[in-house]
Parts: sequence; structure tokens; C-alpha cells
Amino acid sequence: DDAMCGSVPAPNRNRQTVAGVADIDIDINRFLSFCVKESIDLSKFPADRIRNFCIIAHIDHGKSTLADRLLEMTGAIAKTEKNKQVLDKLQVERERGITVKAQTASLFYSHEGEQYLLNLIDTPGHVDFSYEVSRSISACQGVLLIVDANQGVQAQTVANFYLAFEAQLAIIPVINKIDLKNADPERVESQIEKVFDIPREECIRVSQTFFHHCVLRPAASIDDPFKALVFDSNFDHYRGVVANIALFGGQVRKGDRIVSAHLGKTYEVNELGLLRPDEHPTQKLFAGQVGYIIAGMKDVKEAQIGDTLYLQEQPVESLPGFKPAKAMVFAGMYPMDQSEYPGLRSAIERLTLNDSSVTVQRDSSLALGAGWRLGFLGLLHMEVFNQRLEQEYNASVIVTAPTVPYKAILSSTRLIKEHGSEEITIVNPAQFPDKSVVSEYLEPMVFGTILAPDAYTGKIMTLCLNRRAIQKNMVYIDDQRVMMKYLFPLNEIVVDFYDLLKSMSSGYASFDYENAGYQAADLIKMDILLNGRPVEELTTIVHRDRAYSSGKAMCERLKDSIPRQMFEIAVQAAIGSKVIARETIKAYRKNVLAKCYGGDITRKMKLLKKQVEGKKKMRLIGNVQVPKDAFIDVLKRKD
Amino acid sequence: MISRTLHALTRALSPGLRRLSHVSSGGPIEDGSDSAHLTGHASLYVHWPYCLRRCSYCNFNKYISRENNDVMMTECLRRETDALLQLSQVSCVTSVFFGGGTPSLAHPLTIAAVLETVAGRVSLSDEAEVTLEVNPTPEGKSRLEEFCVAGVNRFSIGVQSLQDEDLKILGRDHSSHQALQTIEEARRLRPGRVSVDVMFGRPEQSVESWESELSELLKVCDDHVSLYQLTLERGTQLFRRVQGGEASVPAEDVTAEMYQRARTTLHQHGFLQYEVSNFARHNAVSHHNMSYWRGRQYIGVGPGAHGRFVPLGEGGVDREARTQTLEPDVWIREVQQRGHGTRRRIRLGHLELLEEVLVMGMRMTEGINHKHWQMFSPQLGLREVFGTSAEVREFLQSGRLVLDDRGLRCSWDGLAVLDSMLPALLVELERETSRKLQSDEQRERSDPR
Repeated sequence: DDAMCGSVPAPNRNRQTVAGVADIDIDINRFLSFCVKESIDLSKFPADRIRNFCIIAHIDHGKSTLADRLLEMTGAIAKTEKNKQVLDKLQVERERGITVKAQTASLFYSHEGEQYLLNLIDTPGHVDFSYEVSRSISACQGVLLIVDANQGVQAQTVANFYLAFEAQLAIIPVINKIDLKNADPERVESQIEKVFDIPREECIRVSQTFFHHCVLRPAASIDDPFKALVFDSNFDHYRGVVANIALFGGQVRKGDRIVSAHLGKTYEVNELGLLRPDEHPTQKLFAGQVGYIIAGMKDVKEAQIGDTLYLQEQPVESLPGFKPAKAMVFAGMYPMDQSEYPGLRSAIERLTLNDSSVTVQRDSSLALGAGWRLGFLGLLHMEVFNQRLEQEYNASVIVTAPTVPYKAILSSTRLIKEHGSEEITIVNPAQFPDKSVVSEYLEPMVFGTILAPDAYTGKIMTLCLNRRAIQKNMVYIDDQRVMMKYLFPLNEIVVDFYDLLKSMSSGYASFDYENAGYQAADLIKMDILLNGRPVEELTTIVHRDRAYSSGKAMCERLKDSIPRQMFEIAVQAAIGSKVIARETIKAYRKNVLAKCYGGDITRKMKLLKKQVEGKKKMRLIGNVQVPKDAFIDVLKRKD
Repeated sequence: MISRTLHALTRALSPGLRRLSHVSSGGPIEDGSDSAHLTGHASLYVHWPYCLRRCSYCNFNKYISRENNDVMMTECLRRETDALLQLSQVSCVTSVFFGGGTPSLAHPLTIAAVLETVAGRVSLSDEAEVTLEVNPTPEGKSRLEEFCVAGVNRFSIGVQSLQDEDLKILGRDHSSHQALQTIEEARRLRPGRVSVDVMFGRPEQSVESWESELSELLKVCDDHVSLYQLTLERGTQLFRRVQGGEASVPAEDVTAEMYQRARTTLHQHGFLQYEVSNFARHNAVSHHNMSYWRGRQYIGVGPGAHGRFVPLGEGGVDREARTQTLEPDVWIREVQQRGHGTRRRIRLGHLELLEEVLVMGMRMTEGINHKHWQMFSPQLGLREVFGTSAEVREFLQSGRLVLDDRGLRCSWDGLAVLDSMLPALLVELERETSRKLQSDEQRERSDPR
């Protein structure tokens, strides 16, 4: 054993120390033999030798790292120093150190002489992507709920726990990074006991193997008719839709004719196989297994997430699907230059093929031309989408200030007729109906959970109060950490709440939320004017009580983000025709470098090049140059 | 000590000092029409890196010298001058400028030695402008005559201020009285060829005090004035003091007013502004500096010096932006080892060259004339580049920019906000040159001959 331990290099090459994970490495090695054969006979894995599980955790608690180690240990990937976030394939995931898209990997390992098939699904940690988590959970029977021994239970830990709990999965709490300097596994165990009601004996500190704890096996029989859940889908330009499926019964092979329960359409299976994590074609897939299938679907809408697939001759009862992810944040997206419209359109089309949670609507504005109004699950989702557009499709976009979907109950019979209903949803502030035709406005609410050390409680309560939040609950989960629950108007938290919470708590507070319906609110439309000219893209909906302060804040933000120009610029906020706030950006009277001789040119050119690049990212509104980031920065508050 | 150094230096010089005949004010200056001169001619900048002390506002490449290494510096400056002249293959050096640092701390024989080297390799006209930057200290003043003997025919005196209090704040090592004496001596030696540098926007300065200071200066100055707004540079003592609230500089409105009033006052006294910061009477412009703004070649010698020339000597065809090694000791070692201390060479593409021509040219009140632009851009005229842009049209309509039969230039008002217009001009230049390139390629494809 000692020799074995010695041969395993401690994979200490991540941004976080993962010594705890290295420990599992060693222990599991005792049980694992790396006997992955070139051709795998999948029929050898009856349901009782299959474990479908996912890893859920708060951001940064070591999910992707643990996934990397498992992949290495089971021989799915070669063991090298470079394995870092292997399942995070997107550039944005690697740059931000987050998982956006759940990834699946099938692993093989031997335990007490038996070969097991493990299907691991790595999941995102951020609240915006919780729909990915719930999808992944639906394909599993067990979850590893990872908690950092240093940071303890966090808001996403709580959120993810409830997702798994509601899906009635076996939940195995795993305390990670136990050998970090400030690790306090006892405290974390008691937190888990208190918050999740899981006895501390069931917690695993990662220095023991955990797979045999996962006693729950898929309740699926190979003798049943084929029945599979579509839990994710991708689009491949050459092969069409690649659907990720979990088999809840029977088997499927190449050439089978299968039916989508949702659409009733029939397809022929062209290819199928495992994800390890790259696609690994096989002849068949069996009950209990998780894999991919390609069946001539041309549009991702044909592979609806949550749909049930069955054999043409053997219809089955559909599996309970899940609610489609609902867009909660809307923003306009426009090409930098109208000549880039077709390119951006195809980039958005391609990106939404793989992210069906984004809603797309064509839109146009005076200043920005033709574009789209897109709906996202949250602000990070929006940022990630934007970043992927820029990185993967080399598209340069202007994003307008995000807004939440407001509702209005119309009082004008003419308008009710026009819209076909009394209640309308407004995703573009420019289309906000006037009070005179509305009997009531409604705003979306969320139920938020905040976990933080108690030293920050006062500050956090003030912050929440400023955001019109109502406290619902507050408990100590141990002698230092407090869990607070608030009902928030969504628009109050959408842009910068999380950033502020993080910075005011030195990074210790965590936050998560779930939707909590709509509430009546006194809302008004506020216009922003540049040199007297209203800028439709900056129009926002505000609560009447906050109109003055947010108008003032927006003008200040704009003053900071619009560079001084050769003429004076008046920045005003107005409600109707009444100006409620004003800032002035003074004109440059002198702006020229004093000394520019032979030795100064290089530096001057460098500076000018930077300004030219910045200028290319500006939009002309009237005669005012506005940086493209101003459209979104304008809503960030200082508090 | 000094005499020994002198002796060694004299021995080091080969055929004796180069003597300059009487120099008439305003040497010959071509208006840039002859493109053959673009690579055949160059000006020469020589950097003397040492200072006696550090000025509180200066972040320039300068060193407080610990020991006298005149002999070594002289030898290295000579070697590098020789090597770079050879590399450039120029036949004529049109002007020489000794800057720093404090080049008036250099020994006159060092200056002479460099000029000798130049004259030994290429044509250096007796009329060619040879400028030396001078710190107006008694030591500086006392050496002016020797510098003249060495070949200097123009002095640029760093007066900065006539207020003793302010000179202290700026960390200068001279008094206003000493400055006046130095100006007088320089004017006696080189009448009509003395420039004074003054600074505005200094801590606690008011528009009124600036105006009275300027009129005082006008009584004593020669035919050339350079006005610089004090810029707070990171890393300087003054920057830290202003950041820390110990000192304050006038607000931007105030400095803008100072600039405009100075321009008006100088104009009233017969000084024509020919560049953002430079004013001359009786056509006493700095030819050396004009050649920077006209996009001419220049060779930079000495630690941290910059150059722009085509290295024809090694078969180069494109102009390069070249920088010499910054740190004097390292530079000395490199020159000793390989003849020059060039640290960085960046080839300038066609567009980059045009960008520099534009940025530098627009600083002159005369701007860029069509003929001059054509020399660098034979394919694409000024009107073609800038005639169609909406933003440029707005500059023209608002009277900040002029585009007419003479060429492209700033108006009086426009010059003060040039840096606000340059990005738009550069965007246009980039767009039009790439458009031109594309259409040329297309034509080539459709007609392969």
C-alpha cells in the first residue's frame, strides 16, 4: 500500500489546494484497477452495477477538481499535470473558473472484484444555472454534495441540497479540502446536521472512499421496454442534434426507430454511446446507463429537455419532465456596427442552439439599429452568453441595461383587445404602458437565501432594506454563521446585489434565490436624456419611492462612464416631462499633449491606439460618444 | 582632474575641432517636397543621461551621475553615432540636438567629438542647426562659449519659471536671476538662436501671475519660446505630493485659460505659433524639431534615445522605430561590445508610418500639406482619407479643423483640443487605407496583368 501511495503524485496544481482530493486518490486506488478495455460490453453492466450520480456544490468548493481526479483515476483521461477543469470545455468556464454547462462522463471501476459503470455528471454551481443542476439531477439516483471544509455550508449548498432532496435522491455530503490550514470539518458536519438534517456520521470527509456508500442503484430493468429521459442536448453542425439521455428501462441500439413523446415524431438511431467525457460510440445502451444519442434530429427543439424517448413499437408512459427554464433577465443586444448584423444573427442562432434557456426576440432601436431582446436566467448567464459570443464567435456586441419581466393589468378595453389579454408582460422598458391605461403593475419577486458570518449581519440587513427586501427568517447554523431569508423584488438584485454583498462581506457571504411569483408595485418609467435627447436604450422601470435616488445614481454613473468630449453634455433623468436629476460633463477646453518630440512618439502612439480601440467600442447618440459598457454599467449602484 | 580629462579628450579627437563659420539665423529648410531626402537625410538626437539632481516633476530617463565618466561616455557616443550613421546610410545630417538629462553638464569636447564623428562620416553643413539644452546655472552659463567653439549654434534654455519660489517647488537647481544671466549670455553668443522653455500650470499658479511672468519673460527672451503645461507624471515627487494633498495644481479650466492667454500674448509680441507648444519670431523655428513633426528620419544616440530610420546598411526597406538601452551603464557596455546599444527595433508598416506622420504633422499650425502627405501616401490623398467621414465633417463644420487646397490642419481653437480629434482621424485613416488595399487587391484579381 505504501508503495502505491508513494507512486501517486499529489496533484497540487489547481488554484485551490486540493490535498483532500489527493487523499481520495490514494484510497480509491486501493480499490480501483485501471482495466478499461478497448471495447466495452455494456450488457455486462446490469442496473445494480451502475451508479448515476452528480456532483453538486457551491461555487469553488472543488467540484470540477474532484471530477478531474475521478476521471484520472478511472483511466477516462490520462493522468497529467494539465488536467484542470477537464469537463469545463468552454473558454469562459476556464477563464472564470466556473461550470456553465453540465457535462457527463462515464467511468469504469472495479470494486471487490466487480466492474461498475459510474456515470458522473458535473454541474454548474451558480444560481443562474440551477436549471442545469435540476436537469442533471433528474438523470441520477445519487448526488455528492460537496462542502468546503473551510468555508462551510453556503447559499448554493442549500439551494442544491433542496433540488436533490425534492428529486428524492440519495444525498452524500462530502467535506472537501479537509487538510487546508483553516479547515474545520467538525463545524461543517454540525452545520450539515442542523441545516439538512443529515446525521454527521453520514458525512464523508474526503479521505475515505465513498462509492460503496452510494447504495442506491437505478430502479431500471433491462427487461422493460426502452424508456429514456432527454436531460441535455447539443447541436453539432455535421451530425445534427446530440441528445444526452438517461435510460430508465430496456435497451436501445443503432438502427432502432425511436419516438419523441413530446412531438410524436419518429427517428432512426444513427449513433449512440457513452460520454467519457468525449463521445465514445457503442453498439447499445442499457437500462440504468447514461449516454448520448444521434437520431437525425435537425433542430434542438426536437430534443426537448425533459422529453421521453421510446421505441416505435413499444409506447411507454412519459417520464415526468421538468418545467422549462424561465428567463428572468432581459436585455437588448445589438451589433457594434449594423454591417455586423448578419454575423451576429448567425452567432446568436448557433449559441442558442446549445442553450435553449435563452429566449430570443427581434428588436430595434433608434440609436443602436436592428438587434434582439434576449431573455436570460440571470445576470451571470447573460454575461456568460455575451462572453461566449465574443470569444467563440468573435462578435462584438452592445448590451443594454438588463430589465426584469414586469406585468401590467390593463384597464383600457382597446388595449386588452389589442393584446388579447388583460395581463401583459413587459420585457422592454421602452414599451412600458402608461399609468392611464393600467389598473395595476406587478413585479417579479424572488425568495433569497443569504449565508454569512454574523459579523456582517448588520451591514447585510441594511443592504437588503435598501433593496426593498422583506426579511422572512434568520437562523444561526452554527455559533458564527447566520442564514437569512428575504423576499426581494427581482429588479433590486439583478444587476449588482451579489457583487456588493460579496465585497461588503469580504467575500464571505453567499447568496442564492428562487422565484417567488409577482407582487403589485408602484412602478414608473424613467427616461434618460443626453443633451435633451431621450435615449430609449437607457429607459428603465423604477419603483416610485426610488425614482429620485436611482435617477441621480444613473446620471452619476453616466457622467463617470461617458468620456469628456469637445462640447458640454447634459445628462438628465426624467419622469414624463419632469427632469428629476442632472449631471453635466464639461467640455474639454484643452486636450493636447504638451511635449511631443522624437522620443515621445512611441508612447503617444500607444496611448492613441488605445483610445482608437476604445472609440471603436463607442456608440454615437446624437453627437455624444457613449462607450458600449455604459448601457449596462448605468444600473450598477454604489450603495 | 578636469584638465586631465580634457587632455585625454583632446587626444581622443582626431583632426581637431570642427569649426563652424558664422551662422545666419534660419538655416535652409526644405518644405518636404523631395522624397529622395526621406531616406538620404536624417537628423541626429544625442541623449546625455545625467543630471545633478532630480526635478520634482520629471520622469524622464536621467541619472544622477556618481562619478565622472566623460571619457567613456564620449567614446561610446562617438562609436554609436558612427555605427548608426553607417547603418542608416544617410548622406546628410540636417540637424543635431543634444538633449537630456542635462547635456550642458557634458564636456564641450564631448559635444565636439560627436559632431566631429558626424562630419567625418556624412555631410554636415556648417549651416546645420546644432542645439544644446542648457540648465541656466552659473556653471552652464560659463560654458556656453566653449560649447559654441565645439560647434553648437543654438541654445535651448530650461528657464521653466521666473519665480524663485516656484523653481524651488519644481526642484530646479537655478534661480531666476541666474536664468536671466544665462539668457543674456546665450543671446550675446548666438543672437536670434536662443530658445527659452517655460512651464505653466504650476502648483498654486494663477492666470494673472502667469500673464505677468510671461510679459516679464518677453522683455528678456530671444526669438523662440517653448511653453509647456506641467504634466503630473506618475512616479514623480510632485505627483505624490499632489496625490497626497500637499500641493495642488490649477484646475483644467485655469490651465486652458493660461494656454489661450499665452498664445494671444505671444502673438501680440510677434511670436508666431508654429506648433502646439512652440512659438518663434523672425522665423527662428527649431529646424530639428520641425523635422520630427514632418515625419523625417532621425537617428537617436545615447542611453534611451529613440530613432526612426530605414536601416539601409543591412538591406532594410522599411522605417524602424528604434530605442537604445535605457540604463547608462548597460548602454556603455553594449556599445563597447557591439558598437551600439539598440535595445528595441520595431518595423513600421505603411499604415503605422502614416499614423505617425498624421499625429506629428497635425501638431504644427501649418498642418500637413497635400504634397507632404503624398510623399508618404502616394496612393491615397488627404481628401480621400478624411473627406467623407461624418465625424471629420463635424470637426470641419465646427471650425476646429481645416481641409482645403493647402492641406489638413487645426484651426486656432482646434489645436488646443487636438488630442480629442486624433482618435477619430486615426480611425478614418485605418478604415480608408484598408479599404484602398482591398479594392487594389480586387482589381489585381480581376486583371492579373
